[in-house]
Amino acid sequence: MAKAMTQKAAPGLGLDADLARKLLRDMLLIRRFEEKAAEAYALGKIGGFLHLSIGEEAVAAGATSVLRPDDYAISTYREHGHCLIKGSDPRRVMAELFGRVDGLSKGKGGSMHLFDKEHNFLGGHAIVGAHLPIAAGVGFAIKYRGGDQVVLCYFGDGAVPEGEFHEALNLAALWKLPVIWLCENNRYAMGTSLERALAQTEIWKFGETYGIPSEPVDGMDVLAVRAAVGRAVERARRDKTPALLEVRTYRFRGHSMRDPAGAVYRTKEEVEREKLRDPILLFRDRVLKPGVLSEDDVKKIEKDVNDLVDEAVAFADASPEPPASELFTDIFKESA
Amino acid sequence: MAKLNMVKALNLALMQEMERDPDVLVIGEDVGVDGGVFRVTEDLHRTYGSKRVIDSPLAEAGIIGASIGMALYGLKPVCEIQFSGFAFQCFHQIENHAARYRNRSQGRFHVPMVIRMPYGGGVRALEHHSESEEQFYAHIPGLKMVIPSGPRNARALLAAAIRDPDPVVFFEHKALYHAHKEDVPDESETMEIGRARVVREGDDLTLVAWGGMLRVAREAAETLEQEDGVGSDVIDLLTVAPLDRETIVRSVNKTGRVVIVHEAPRSFGPGAEIAASIMDGAFLSLEAPIARVTAHDVPFPGFAREKANVPDVARVVAAARDTLAY
Repeated sequence: MAKAMTQKAAPGLGLDADLARKLLRDMLLIRRFEEKAAEAYALGKIGGFLHLSIGEEAVAAGATSVLRPDDYAISTYREHGHCLIKGSDPRRVMAELFGRVDGLSKGKGGSMHLFDKEHNFLGGHAIVGAHLPIAAGVGFAIKYRGGDQVVLCYFGDGAVPEGEFHEALNLAALWKLPVIWLCENNRYAMGTSLERALAQTEIWKFGETYGIPSEPVDGMDVLAVRAAVGRAVERARRDKTPALLEVRTYRFRGHSMRDPAGAVYRTKEEVEREKLRDPILLFRDRVLKPGVLSEDDVKKIEKDVNDLVDEAVAFADASPEPPASELFTDIFKESA
Repeated sequence: MAKLNMVKALNLALMQEMERDPDVLVIGEDVGVDGGVFRVTEDLHRTYGSKRVIDSPLAEAGIIGASIGMALYGLKPVCEIQFSGFAFQCFHQIENHAARYRNRSQGRFHVPMVIRMPYGGGVRALEHHSESEEQFYAHIPGLKMVIPSGPRNARALLAAAIRDPDPVVFFEHKALYHAHKEDVPDESETMEIGRARVVREGDDLTLVAWGGMLRVAREAAETLEQEDGVGSDVIDLLTVAPLDRETIVRSVNKTGRVVIVHEAPRSFGPGAEIAASIMDGAFLSLEAPIARVTAHDVPFPGFAREKANVPDVARVVAAARDTLAY
């Protein structure tokens, strides 16, 4: 039986203008940033692959809004949004996508490997499911040192059939680690639908298997994400208990820029239908109608975000490529 | 100073490093309450408790992946993979994560961890319990691959590996665990990783070996000395990667003849890289083709046939004589 998805914000997470502004701004930042990244990719400024999370912005914005700066986040290859909202400078993220020396990792990591130590962002990871045990280890280390931070581990529905999903959930449950397992279920592992990949498509139920709190969450509703992650974070901080959240979302674009339409494995009608639940439009309506924010507030947020992203692109464009000598650095600790 | 076998010497290193640094912890399958299949972690649990000596479930990718997470946070995990043949379950964590975080993150994150694995044949086991896979790890940029050959250097190298800021794969030859005892100083001792040692000197031939094959090379050198009057440099590699090319090249420039001995299969094994390094550095000194005595290009056989696969003294002596007669 399907569990009722969380629809409403929990008490104490009331929506004031500041919070509304922040959540809307964060979601818009991800969207504009990725739209610009897509343009840059089309112009050949970004090499390799580029995976956009357009449509999924409520997840990063809602989840990160209940984290402290000293909490950790670790993610997949679709992580631009997670990294930006954790606090990374959009200019340095864009420069990393461009492979430039002012990127977060001097252009060495690229789109799928964003790392930001200052903001406790422990990286994007390109191998599906492989970062879950690492998240467990960070949770272990926090507990070992007696800290009260938590680890927010993002992964997709495509990671669930991987063995390491199960190893990591077992370890976190067994050792009682403060890890929030956040599954961004966008229903397709590249082109393979959930139903074609999983014997158990209600992903949150795996939490029951491992005896940890778990629930499905409406990932198009930023307040629902905020509330569910908020509960999990509070519990993790207090009791060192992991949780599994199946956040149901949808990517409006293809798996990567090589699959721009994503139209072979899903119908156009389905995509159009899901776009009616665009998390940004939903939230904008929600804050405009009761007057939490005015039209002018929203316009100002949009302008600020556009300026920030334009500045990020200009910064990345102006940054040089890493010097050839960088090829040989950061393999081992350099001798003094 | 105490006479210790390699198991006790490794245990001493773990005890002392845990005492020295509260961030050092030990994790693996049955390393705690049970004390480990080969007893290397015996008494650690009793001494340091469940917080620092962690019995993990059977989950190799989980052990290595979680240890990487611990290391990113600043802890220094020493993981045990019960047999090196089991490590394919976690190979991608080692290859794709442990070895690459420093580079991928522009040096902002690094992974100070040690992955201990018993390896090697000669213990009447089979396949996964007898293989030598050092070449896989030596091939990975960002990893160090260390293989001690006896109690004293095992203790010193393990201590050095634990203090190293980068990930170290540490192979322990099963046949050496109880093979012999050596004097091991009571006080803490380390050896530099990346340095080979010349453990016997001679002018006619160079023998290069490591781990379980060092004993074979030394005995071959002794036979050649006694029966043929041939003097050999015997080089104990100790670290397979990064390779100490300088020590090897210096010796071959003196002797002009070399036999490389390893327990891994021949093709694309460490011997090939060592031979190429000798060609680069000592080509004009060579008096004979570089010889390799290795396991054959076959899956590790069952115990009835393992002696036919792993190099022995007779094969090394025969190869050396061919080289000397060339």
